[in-house]
Amino acid sequence: MAIDRRDFLKIAASKALFSLPMLSKAATQAKGRVVVIGGGYAGATAAKYLRTWSNGGLDVIVVEPRSQFVSCPLSNLVLGGNKDINDLTFGYDLLKSNHGIQWVNDEVVAIDVASRVVKMKQGELAYDRLVIAPGIDFMFEQLPMLQSPEAQEVVPHAWKAGAQTVNLRKQLESMKDGGVFVMSIPKAPYRCPPGPYERVCQVAFYLKNHKPNSKIIVLDANAEIISKKSLFTKAWAEMYAGMIDYRPNSSVLAVDVATKNVKTEFESVQANVLNVIPPQRAGKIAQIVGAASVDKRWCEVDFLTYESKIVPNVHIIGDSVSAALPKSAHMATSQARVCANAIVALLSDQAPDTLPVFANTCYSYVSDKMAMHVANVYRYDANKKMMVPAEGGGVSDKPSELEGNYAQAWAKNIWSDVLT
Amino acid sequence: MKVQLNMIKKTHKSLLVSVGFFVFSLNAYADAYSNKSIATTPHIQTLAASCGACHGSQGNSVGGSSVLAGLDASHFVLQMMAFRNGSRSATVMQRHAKGLTVEEINDLAIYFAQQKRVTALIPPNQRLAE
Ligand SMILES: Cc1cc2nc3c(=O)[nH]c(=O)nc-3n(C[C@H](O)[C@H](O)[C@H](O)COP(=O)(O)OP(=O)(O)OC[C@H]3O[C@@H](n4cnc5c(N)ncnc54)[C@H](O)[C@@H]3O)c2cc1C
Repeated sequence: MAIDRRDFLKIAASKALFSLPMLSKAATQAKGRVVVIGGGYAGATAAKYLRTWSNGGLDVIVVEPRSQFVSCPLSNLVLGGNKDINDLTFGYDLLKSNHGIQWVNDEVVAIDVASRVVKMKQGELAYDRLVIAPGIDFMFEQLPMLQSPEAQEVVPHAWKAGAQTVNLRKQLESMKDGGVFVMSIPKAPYRCPPGPYERVCQVAFYLKNHKPNSKIIVLDANAEIISKKSLFTKAWAEMYAGMIDYRPNSSVLAVDVATKNVKTEFESVQANVLNVIPPQRAGKIAQIVGAASVDKRWCEVDFLTYESKIVPNVHIIGDSVSAALPKSAHMATSQARVCANAIVALLSDQAPDTLPVFANTCYSYVSDKMAMHVANVYRYDANKKMMVPAEGGGVSDKPSELEGNYAQAWAKNIWSDVLT
Repeated sequence: MKVQLNMIKKTHKSLLVSVGFFVFSLNAYADAYSNKSIATTPHIQTLAASCGACHGSQGNSVGGSSVLAGLDASHFVLQMMAFRNGSRSATVMQRHAKGLTVEEINDLAIYFAQQKRVTALIPPNQRLAE
């Protein structure tokens, strides 16, 4: 929307005549208990802002089985040798103590929607409103040979940052020069659209510097690179010439774990190091509660409140949501804030914001220092009843060190916001 | 760009800012130069929080991006308008500036001007336990 000087004056005139101060009542009256399932990017953010925006009026309890927060963003840099996993690992202490968030170190295994109770491995919790933020689950029924922890020791996905990221890095370190790294990408939608292509850059960066005779084969189930395509194509051609063999329309049908051999519809590919990123769907607890109705994979929500379209009083945020939006950490936190604000409103008998707007910026590293962005503002469209990209969004012209610095700043600021 | 700035408190509690030849009023009352603060609409509260991924909680950046907390409101508006019309070149900010309405930019300016500057907390790293 281009606004010229005349529009300014029109806005000025209409405001001067008609505008009343839009002061919202301080939401001190919000009362009740909100249980949040998952302390990842979405859940931790929701918990913090539920407490902040209710001025401490809401009791907030997070249930999270992991004792540490390990960031997926920047975890591809561990594979390139450009970050240590400990640089991405944090505790929850500051978040809990600064905001008076109650914390249960457990996993939710069932939800009784009628009586509003979540059941954990140990014990139960009653709620007024429930927030489900479980991230993703892998569809191992399509690749059953990769289901077991033993199989994932040999063929890690490393698509949830942590021990598997370290494992994949170690495998790359012990691969011989001249070896073949094979990575597969599932059909979209999956967590972090540019993530696999960034991973290719990071592995290529490492191999180019340490094992220059090695090759990378990318088996992409999609028809083409699905994010920042021209930027990645150019980076691969110019920075890692001759190293990356990209094969579109290549769905993995089977894996021989013992030999690290992958079968697609067309061929068998032999790897020295094999990284299969399995197809994905909403976190398991969202499936269990019956909220994942879209293709039996993703959760349909009301984008004003993130309340499930299927299950009342249950809000779903983050990667589990079905939206025409990239599944990113920034998006997960943005959804979490809209959801938190709406829950505070609902529990204090006020109407939620009818036109939420938020931003998403997602950087990808093509080397140790250079990165590039995709960035967009998203705005609620009352007719379509969904978040749609606003004008002006897009990607970098080219990767740069400046954007590499911005990407570090993004990570540090989002960690500070989410975890303190 | 040469800038003339007047901030006049209006009785109906909207703020008139005149920036160069632009004249527009802001939809919430605020005065960056007094210590009075106002409640923000939920709309701006969530939008401003979304800026936090790069600019820190309440605009208190830990570094590597501009601190927006306590930033002069008219300066904020001018920069955002410059990103928007391309007179200030940018790597990323033009994407956000173009996606926001003028009203949102004004409201964000007021919101950030009201935020206290504090040193943002950096969560300490831990050794991966699993
Ligand atoms: C390699 C890689 C790189 C990425 N890079 C970027 C990037 O640069 N920028 C960006 O914006 N995004 C990036 N992403 C995407 C980002 O990581 C995700 O979009 C984000 O983590 C989604 O947040 P979430 O809260 O939905 O899920 P998560 O962060 O995965 O959190 C889910 C949490 O829920 C918990 N949980 C699950 N089930 C239960 C249960 N039953 N009971 C209790 N707790 C439960 C889990 O233990 C977990 O802690 C990247 C992803 C990957 C894999």
